[in-house]
Amino acid sequence: MTEQSLAELEEAFQKKVDAEIRIEPKDWMPEGYRKTLIRQMSQHAHSEVVGMLPEGNWLTRAPSLKRKAVLMAKIQDEGGHGLYLYSATETLGISRDEMYEQLHSGKAKYSSIFNYPTLNWADIGAIGWLVDGAAITNQIALCRCSYGPYARAMVKICKEESFHQRQGYEIMMVMAQGTKEQKEMAQDALNRWWWPALMMFGPHDKNSDHSSQSMTWKIKRSSNDELRQRFIDATVPQAEYLGLTIPDDKLAWNEEKQSYDWGEIDWDEFRNVVAGNGLCNRERLQTRRDAHDGGRWVRDAALAYAEKKRKRQQAAQQAA
Amino acid sequence: MTQDQDYLFQYLLRLGDNCVILSQRLAEWCGRSPVLEEELALMNVGLDLLGQARLILDYAGKVEGKGRDEDKLAFFRDAQEWRNLLLVEQPNGDFAKTMARQLMFDCFQSLQFEALLESSDKTLAEIAAKSVKEIAYHKRHSADWVIRLGDGTEESHQRMQDALESLWGYVPEMFDMDEVEEAMVAAGVGVDLSSLKPKWDAMMNDILAEATLKRPEDTWAVRGSRVGKHSEHLGYLLAEMQFLPRAYPDANW
Repeated sequence: MTEQSLAELEEAFQKKVDAEIRIEPKDWMPEGYRKTLIRQMSQHAHSEVVGMLPEGNWLTRAPSLKRKAVLMAKIQDEGGHGLYLYSATETLGISRDEMYEQLHSGKAKYSSIFNYPTLNWADIGAIGWLVDGAAITNQIALCRCSYGPYARAMVKICKEESFHQRQGYEIMMVMAQGTKEQKEMAQDALNRWWWPALMMFGPHDKNSDHSSQSMTWKIKRSSNDELRQRFIDATVPQAEYLGLTIPDDKLAWNEEKQSYDWGEIDWDEFRNVVAGNGLCNRERLQTRRDAHDGGRWVRDAALAYAEKKRKRQQAAQQAA
Repeated sequence: MTQDQDYLFQYLLRLGDNCVILSQRLAEWCGRSPVLEEELALMNVGLDLLGQARLILDYAGKVEGKGRDEDKLAFFRDAQEWRNLLLVEQPNGDFAKTMARQLMFDCFQSLQFEALLESSDKTLAEIAAKSVKEIAYHKRHSADWVIRLGDGTEESHQRMQDALESLWGYVPEMFDMDEVEEAMVAAGVGVDLSSLKPKWDAMMNDILAEATLKRPEDTWAVRGSRVGKHSEHLGYLLAEMQFLPRAYPDANW
């Protein structure tokens, strides 16, 4: 391919993107676009799967059969989102096995939020309310992403996520209105999950490596800081309604900008968790590796059986 | 509570407790399954069982008439008051053991609940009508895996065979008749469990044959769940499951 034709292809691609025409798997795309999407989408898929662990931690200890059923259904949805996202990522020419390999080797990341532990039942409420809430804020913006399969996945996933968020908020509401101990659990959960939820939106715009290119390609439609602010403005009144305190003494309504001012994120902590040194990084990854390695004989058996069955059917056809 | 009501209550506990405990075991697989598809399937089966458990225990609480709802029954009974089969409280072990346990139970459950469609107890018949569809799915899923593992690799075959051997002694208890079961059969509510055994055998024999597995010899049998004598596993399971409601008995969740 000559330099010129590559430039032409890139120009045609950008025109399509600018005209809001969705890019589909068979369309030409710049290598950087493909790579960025693989990175972002596979990390998204990994986050769904690793995200099953902190909630799964309370599945056997859910305090009522109804709560247990709701949590089980939610975790099942997340597994489904993972499957959906892995499939969408495969349209870019990478296999699920390769993606797993990247996750297990630590090459691919997953959302830093899942490296925090679930320590009391209210954490399950806080995850639904805050973590899924932050995820939805991100994902609604991604519903207009330029890559068709990703955008469609987000539309499908957002519907279920908003349902989860309401369920999470309901757990918080019941606890915030419950006994003294329950209120303490709810506040404790909010204290621990608030800042990590804000970190889910990523670094400040000025420090975000991938941001400007992703905006040009319309993979990203809003900046990290815009989305974070949107989330804070929506969530603070919800906390007030619960009678809980957001753990930020700088948080204040700004009449002029019609939005909240708030304190600074502890970026050292963020970097530390992303670098693999959060409270649960090692355990989460080890659990995934153990499941994968420990299940190898099962997958081998399924393959061996499928192969035998195929041969038997072939033999039967030849005999007929 | 009249004698009849008490029999019905006991009978419902047996049905409901199986579902609670097996669902709890399946929940332990969360995040640990061999493939993501199976993660979904195990949660799906667990969720179905939990749904069945809730309907049955809710009804049991009403029959008992002492104001115990599904949660009071699930979270405030100690091991000796549980009436689940010993089979369902057995630890997950490896994937082969989980699937062996599941298939043995699914076959039993499908026969029992299909018979309960004809129950003279309308509520129970309705619960059975909802459940049989789910159980048919569970059975297809567990049978598929037992066949895949049995007729898969040498390792999976051996693991599957070992799993069957390790659980086989829990089978006879499923078909035991006693005073409660007899009374329920007499009232047209329950099922003659002993009559289900030949059907269960035939079902299992077909699946095991297709899976190239050897049906274990009936050399041992353990019993006790009917009178609340469980294996040592149940206490731990309940300690984990009941912790929150026990620690904060005044709380609503």
